[in-house]
Amino acid sequence: MKKYRTHLLVCAGTGCVSCNSFKIKEALEQEVQKRNLQNEVLVIATGCNGFCERGPILLVQPEGIFYQQLKVEDVPRLVEEHLLKGRPVKKLMYIPPSEKEPIPKMKDIEFFKHQRLIVLRNRGRIDPEKVEEYIAFDGYEAMAKALTKMTPEEIISEISASGLRGRGGAGFPTGKKWDVCRKEKKTPKYLICNGDEGDPGAFMDRSLLEADPHAVLEGMVIGAKAIGAEKGFIYIRHEYPLALQRMEIAILQAKEYGLLGKNILDTGFNFDIEVVQGAGAFVSGEETALIASVEGRIATPRQRPPYPAQKGYMGMPTVINNVETWGTVPNIIRRGAAWFAGLGTETSKGTKIFSLVGKINNTGLVEVPMGITLRDIVYGIGGGIPDGRKFKAVQIGGPSGGCLPSSKLDLPIDYESLTAAGSMMGSGGMIVMDEKTCMVDIAKYFLNFLRDESCGKCVSCREGTQRMWEIVKRITEGKGKQSDLALLEELATATMDASMCGLGQTAANPVLSTLRYFKREFEIHIKEKRCPAGVCLALIQYEVIPDRCTGCLACKTSCPQDAIRGTLKDVHLIDQEKCIKCGACYEACKFEAIETERDPAIRIVERAR
Amino acid sequence: MITFKMNNLDVTAEDGWTILDTARFFGLEIPTLCYNEGLTPWGGCRLCLVEIGEAPKTKLVTACTYPAQEGLVVHTDTKRVIKTRRMMIELMLSTAPMSKEIQDLASKFGVTQQRFEPRNEECVYCGLCIRMCDEQMDARAIGFQNRGFKRKIGTPFNIQSEECRLCGACMYICPACSARCGGPNADTDICNACLTMEPTCLDEYDELQCWMYDAGRCGTCVQEKGK
Repeated sequence: MKKYRTHLLVCAGTGCVSCNSFKIKEALEQEVQKRNLQNEVLVIATGCNGFCERGPILLVQPEGIFYQQLKVEDVPRLVEEHLLKGRPVKKLMYIPPSEKEPIPKMKDIEFFKHQRLIVLRNRGRIDPEKVEEYIAFDGYEAMAKALTKMTPEEIISEISASGLRGRGGAGFPTGKKWDVCRKEKKTPKYLICNGDEGDPGAFMDRSLLEADPHAVLEGMVIGAKAIGAEKGFIYIRHEYPLALQRMEIAILQAKEYGLLGKNILDTGFNFDIEVVQGAGAFVSGEETALIASVEGRIATPRQRPPYPAQKGYMGMPTVINNVETWGTVPNIIRRGAAWFAGLGTETSKGTKIFSLVGKINNTGLVEVPMGITLRDIVYGIGGGIPDGRKFKAVQIGGPSGGCLPSSKLDLPIDYESLTAAGSMMGSGGMIVMDEKTCMVDIAKYFLNFLRDESCGKCVSCREGTQRMWEIVKRITEGKGKQSDLALLEELATATMDASMCGLGQTAANPVLSTLRYFKREFEIHIKEKRCPAGVCLALIQYEVIPDRCTGCLACKTSCPQDAIRGTLKDVHLIDQEKCIKCGACYEACKFEAIETERDPAIRIVERAR
Repeated sequence: MITFKMNNLDVTAEDGWTILDTARFFGLEIPTLCYNEGLTPWGGCRLCLVEIGEAPKTKLVTACTYPAQEGLVVHTDTKRVIKTRRMMIELMLSTAPMSKEIQDLASKFGVTQQRFEPRNEECVYCGLCIRMCDEQMDARAIGFQNRGFKRKIGTPFNIQSEECRLCGACMYICPACSARCGGPNADTDICNACLTMEPTCLDEYDELQCWMYDAGRCGTCVQEKGK
């Protein structure tokens, strides 16, 4: 095998690809060729590094130098300085928001420092389109162990002993699910990998499928041996073209190497996997709806029991697990249940991947041990809130999760504590909100998503989410009534109680959790007809604060409606008749002289003057 | 044979029975709308909700789809069930206020307020017509379109279906679009013309105390307790 002195690892996750990382890879290859370094330097496209906000990312190994936000123009200089002259380019390194000096090495960056990579262990270091690279990092070792040295019962007891719980959100013990399916007498049995990730702002599954597709395949073969299945499906939504493409390549390569298909590793065990493309409905992530979709019917959930482990695909026993769960399985088999059970908390073991988005400095994907506090994630890994604003809430668990306020920042993250606090683990989306976020508006946003994504079968969910959205919308428009809050609570409870599947049963969470922690904000919208965060358009008014205005004309020139009056060095005024509340003046003003929300008392005094 | 408890009574069910089948066999009334004996259970109207499990871990499930299981504990008329059921009727009433069947349900179960803006869709998406067309008429001419609040029922591409024989079975079975309520102001409000408002033992107990649903509002038990 040819050896290289330096490896250039270009991140090729969807985030970086959308910032042209393939072009950067091409440019790097050309430049390396031009400088006659092709025998010393190898350029590789890897899976997602997780620090998507800083993309495109380039990691130079073996030094571990981390370059970020690269442009094609930077490439010649980078190759010349770093690879020829041995001087890493400081200008392209990461500078934390609060500091001035760049941090050259990846392992020293706060974002990466606190993470514990188990499922994502191969992210950013292997080429996901080459099975050889996966094998080089102990890939398929666990599968070989499971197929040659372990009985199905031993595999299941190992998984049970590890305490692994489903990573799709509900947290059902994986070993127990497999055991139920194993004991069913009907055959054939099936396996399904649930990659229908639909939460807004969540991309854990996509990232894993793109960065390490073979880990998911390996987990599935181990599961197949445990329950005695010969056929499996990987359900990936069509919005993930790169994940679909890489999974297809991975399956082809695995089959070529005898790691999948007939007579795997010469053990006589057969297992085949087929990729199924989802059409992009959030509800397809619900297991019975997903099975219906794989069967070719409308994705509508059905009553459980019977559970899919008893009666699933085509009425046959089927184990269905999330992408992340399958990705965890090989690690447990390879390193042992005791090691895995040593991570995390009493009831929640191992690590969990979260996608950290919203008003936070370090946006991206993080894998952390269970039991870590929200504060560690938001302020440690996430680097706090941008622009020195205050933390207001964090929304965990996707649209049906709940918003937790700052008083819950020290909550250790596990399945039980999140549920008790009125949120849920969900698949791991984490949306951070700052003080400029209106919680009523957030509730409206998630209800709008849910009313659109509800399958429409149950009256409670279809009409419940629609009517809740109508009420909350009315409140944001300043037409709220005092009785609305009680009605909202009653309707939310009924929706939660009466719905059949997980979508409806949790659809009330955005309402109930915001009502629980931010009731005052709802009341201000209803009683005082104002929006403290300055978000709800019908309830705000942009005004110039005379003391701060320097008369620079910046707001006036930015206004698309010509609604601002005033001349140079004169205090400006906003004509409320013409104003469409677009916020352009607010953005343009450098002196914070334009405000949306002011103490009503002051306004009255000013008018009296 | 499956043995379980329903409203504190020991009941036995045949294999394959649902909670609803068992309840009907023993003469316990559970209201339904999207259920029809000749069609597969759907579980969409959420009227046949019952509470299963033992406190504090109980949950509501639809009796028409939930299979009878050994050792199950079922309560058909708890406060939680009735409160939720009333909300379901209120929600359906807000989409199809003209439906006689839903207006009757409202009166029977004491729904006296409708707090949402009426939409007059004349459809509650119970799917009876679709299942009728598929399972009894073997035509599959109509089906659901879209999802969530945009859900509609119609033929593919909304054009006359070649499969449709114009048999009218869909209209025959529809609870919302065919039989209109003739009560006063039915299109704007709840009719409640046939409502009997008497005290119910729910004011006194956590669960209805009698086995015939209507008798629940006769008030006898409450009056006797008051004596």
